[in-house]
Amino acid sequence: MEMFLIGLIAATLRVATPLIYGTLGELFSERAGVLNLGIEGTMFFGAFTGFAVAKITGNLWLGLLAAIISGVLAGLLMGFFSVRLGVNQHVSGLGITILLQAVSLFGFRLIFGEPSIPPSTEPFQRVALFGTIPILGQIFEQYLLTYIAILLVPIVSYVIYRTNFGLDIRAVGENPEAADAAGINVYRTRYFALMIAGGLMAVGGAFLSLAQLGAFTFGIIAGRGWVCIALIIFANWKPIRVLWGALLFGGIFALQLRLQTTGIDLPYEFFLALPYIATIIALAITGRNATGPAAVLKPYKRE
Amino acid sequence: MFKLERVPAPVWFRTLIPVLAIVTTFVVTSILVLAADANPLQAYYYFLIGPLSNRVSALETLVKGTPLLLTGIAVTIAFAAGYWNIGAEGQLYAGAIAAAWVGPLLGDFPPVLAIIIMLSGGFLAGMLWALIPALLKVKLAVDEVVTTLLMNSVMIFIVSYLLNGPWRDPVSGWPQSPQISTNAMLPKLVQGSRLHFGFIVALVMIGVVWFILSRTPLGLRMRATGMRQEAARFMGVNTSRIMLNAALISGGIAGLAGVSEIGGIHFHLIDAISPGYGYSGIIIATLGGLHPIGVGLAALFIGLIDTGAQSVSRALGVPVYLGNVVQGTLLLVTLGMFLLQNYRIIRVK
Repeated sequence: MEMFLIGLIAATLRVATPLIYGTLGELFSERAGVLNLGIEGTMFFGAFTGFAVAKITGNLWLGLLAAIISGVLAGLLMGFFSVRLGVNQHVSGLGITILLQAVSLFGFRLIFGEPSIPPSTEPFQRVALFGTIPILGQIFEQYLLTYIAILLVPIVSYVIYRTNFGLDIRAVGENPEAADAAGINVYRTRYFALMIAGGLMAVGGAFLSLAQLGAFTFGIIAGRGWVCIALIIFANWKPIRVLWGALLFGGIFALQLRLQTTGIDLPYEFFLALPYIATIIALAITGRNATGPAAVLKPYKRE
Repeated sequence: MFKLERVPAPVWFRTLIPVLAIVTTFVVTSILVLAADANPLQAYYYFLIGPLSNRVSALETLVKGTPLLLTGIAVTIAFAAGYWNIGAEGQLYAGAIAAAWVGPLLGDFPPVLAIIIMLSGGFLAGMLWALIPALLKVKLAVDEVVTTLLMNSVMIFIVSYLLNGPWRDPVSGWPQSPQISTNAMLPKLVQGSRLHFGFIVALVMIGVVWFILSRTPLGLRMRATGMRQEAARFMGVNTSRIMLNAALISGGIAGLAGVSEIGGIHFHLIDAISPGYGYSGIIIATLGGLHPIGVGLAALFIGLIDTGAQSVSRALGVPVYLGNVVQGTLLLVTLGMFLLQNYRIIRVK
């Protein structure tokens, strides 16, 4: 039982990692007033570029860097449509997801062809935080990117609530007209927020290809971006709650995986669907009171 | 000297926008064709002319176009009423599940009746799946984009559960539901081709939505709600009810797309009946400018791209995903270019 629990906690942290990156990314985006449905595609793109560059150069860190750059570019593209052109955020976000998934698949086939054995690379190794310790050791033996994800939560919280940049982001996300009148460059702030968002989302994707799998598969993201869209609402757009939400959702997934292997006859799909259903119910309960940033979905036009 | 002024562009220019978008898309995506060591002009020949050059593949384009016509027009009626239904993918599967459920039970019915039952079942199932987010939207003001999107994910797991659990083929162990009875199979339209009755259903739906939107009071209210919700409400339109109607019709039509794929192509439920037709519907509705005729043309065009991508891949060795890249680029380019309809180039002396 102890081993089961410890294993579960360790797995939860691992499963939660990409969700933390993705949702913190979405937090930057939505706090600045842009619903970024490009998240699913951006994570996929990050997973692909990260893997492709790591495989070609043989250097995982270069792969991670490439993923970050590709995510920032994805954020710029989202910014061009949702901020500069001010077109519908739902459709442009989905468009970016469709495009980035397609470009990744195209690129993968172009570089690696159709091998019978999917290409793989030696992934990042786990780091034992306190050396070898009994029983609890497994929990503190995670990928570096997992530790960074957890550290990012207070950092993002600090940036959003305690820095001028964070204040600007919240201002353009709540009331862009007033922010503009106060001398904040709405376009630039939103662009920056989207670039940070894209970078974070892409790292979430690259975590899967560079650390957890050491490979790139077509189902690598499998809706994790949409989970993040659910999580951000669940977390009420607050960084600390993102962590709890990601751990909760991660825990459900990890439990589901473990129950499957124990042979208990439960439809595992129910557990997989649970986070989505829980979010829909949470939305129904909060309903009108869901206090998202006020200017989300509203493009700002400076006349 | 010329100057850009913010007044509506002339009508001829507005209809030209999708054409401009298509040309731009092909110019942009030729970078990828070059990256794959192929000649862009040759690639676009295979893309656009290749599938139409012989009868079999031309008909195959219409086969591919059938679910796209349905999801495209489904998304259109919702978007036209300002209801952002991103859930056509899930609603399609709801229709498919209904078809796969009643399909095998219809052995004793005459074909006409069996097909009508299956189509109505799929329409109802799509409506039902669309009902939850629609009610949340109109009763509790919950954003429908997020809920319809999440419902798509829930649907994936329902399908997976059915196929791995109760509906798994007991003999072969394949994750596929029992075959529907032959009476319920949609008749073929042309000998020796896969083109089936679903295509007619799709055309009828285009006509129905065109009629609703442009010839009925309900359609007028829908368009008013879609254009300016506050103003419509002020005029006494019950915008909640209008959106609910639009959402349900939209879900029902998307459900028909599922029935059409089960009844005309696959004959049993598998998890891969839709490679994202519901999401393509959003591309199609946007490209068609939310006008049923335009949407019809856009659906057939995307069907052509889907078929063409395979012939480019076969002929030139360019990865087949070029088709998806073209679709994604086209959506974004169209979205950007429609902004041009608010401007006119004016000559200043």
